[in-house]
Amino acid sequence: MSLRSPLGKVRGLGSAKNGTHHWWMQKVTAVALIPLTIWFVSSVVQMTQASYEVVINWMTSPIVTVLMTLFVATGIYHLKLGLQVVIEDYIHSESAKVVLQMTVSFCCIITATAAIFSILKIAL
Amino acid sequence: MAEFKLPKNSTYKKGKTWPAEEGATRIKRFNIYRWNEDDGENPRIDTYEIDLDKCGPMVLDALIKIKNEIDPTLTFRRSCREGVCGSCAMNIGGKNTLACTIDIASYKGDVNIFPLPHMNVVKDLVPDLTNFYAQYASIKPWMQTQTPTPSGTERLQSPKDREKLDGLYECVLCACCSTSCPSYWWNSDRYLGPAVLLQAYRWLIDSRDENTGERLDNLEDPFRLYRCHTIMNCTNTCPKGLNPAKAIAEIKKMMVERQG
Repeated sequence: MSLRSPLGKVRGLGSAKNGTHHWWMQKVTAVALIPLTIWFVSSVVQMTQASYEVVINWMTSPIVTVLMTLFVATGIYHLKLGLQVVIEDYIHSESAKVVLQMTVSFCCIITATAAIFSILKIAL
Repeated sequence: MAEFKLPKNSTYKKGKTWPAEEGATRIKRFNIYRWNEDDGENPRIDTYEIDLDKCGPMVLDALIKIKNEIDPTLTFRRSCREGVCGSCAMNIGGKNTLACTIDIASYKGDVNIFPLPHMNVVKDLVPDLTNFYAQYASIKPWMQTQTPTPSGTERLQSPKDREKLDGLYECVLCACCSTSCPSYWWNSDRYLGPAVLLQAYRWLIDSRDENTGERLDNLEDPFRLYRCHTIMNCTNTCPKGLNPAKAIAEIKKMMVERQG
């Protein structure tokens, strides 16, 4: 039992003076993902019957390379921001929170780097 | 971790049934959550059968009838009986509302009454609102100014600026919205919740207040403000028909606006 006053508990460590950037970037990436996702899904659907050579050839087009890189980078950044919120919402142990946040950051950066490297390797 | 199941000592069992008096024709059953700290028992649901011909129209009328005529141990908060004080907020038929302004006839079948969700219970339908009130105090809900008080007159406000407080000043701090919010359930120690954020916006938008920047500084926090994920339960449940979700969205817009 703590004898700290209710107001003392609520005021706690004070305001972090951030949060707006995170929230805004979540909105910006969400808006950017609308056209990018429509483009990506419709392209993949159109090529479901295509041969390996056709798909590779398509991937080497500069527009496709740029759009594909943007899609992966934006999507994974959005994913990272979202997972961060999920962890903050549900994980209340400080140590577990740090470990999970780091794991999410590492996984997202590794996935994004590998995906962009693959796109560029095909294109260049 | 957030808890998704009730702890063992919080699961409730069936309690006592109080049958209606003989000759009653229009019987309504009220299933009411009962718990007190003293007997060491788990919570139970007591059933009271009420003759609607001998009871007022609102759920609060039935609760008062039960306490006066059937079971004086039933404990709940109430005061104004007309939706102004916010005391009788509780979960009725699965939705947080004020017992005094909700019609018994709006419920088909039994009326199930629980205390506000995910709060510590003091007794029966009385939740512990200590943290909620401390959160309200933390936003400094009074006018803050640098300009000295004008002598012999009020601080003036144009009718247009006064209109901005409509839909905000009506809030009676009943806590229906905050306790309906899953984000508040998981993080009420750090997230201020819809009721307190609506009140914060009421001062942010008041043309007479001069501490808007400091107020925003105080809210700019991943938990205090940004735990709101626009779930909208708050707006859905508000017994006064207000829109806390919109007030929170307006605060977020002010945060972005001052960035550039």
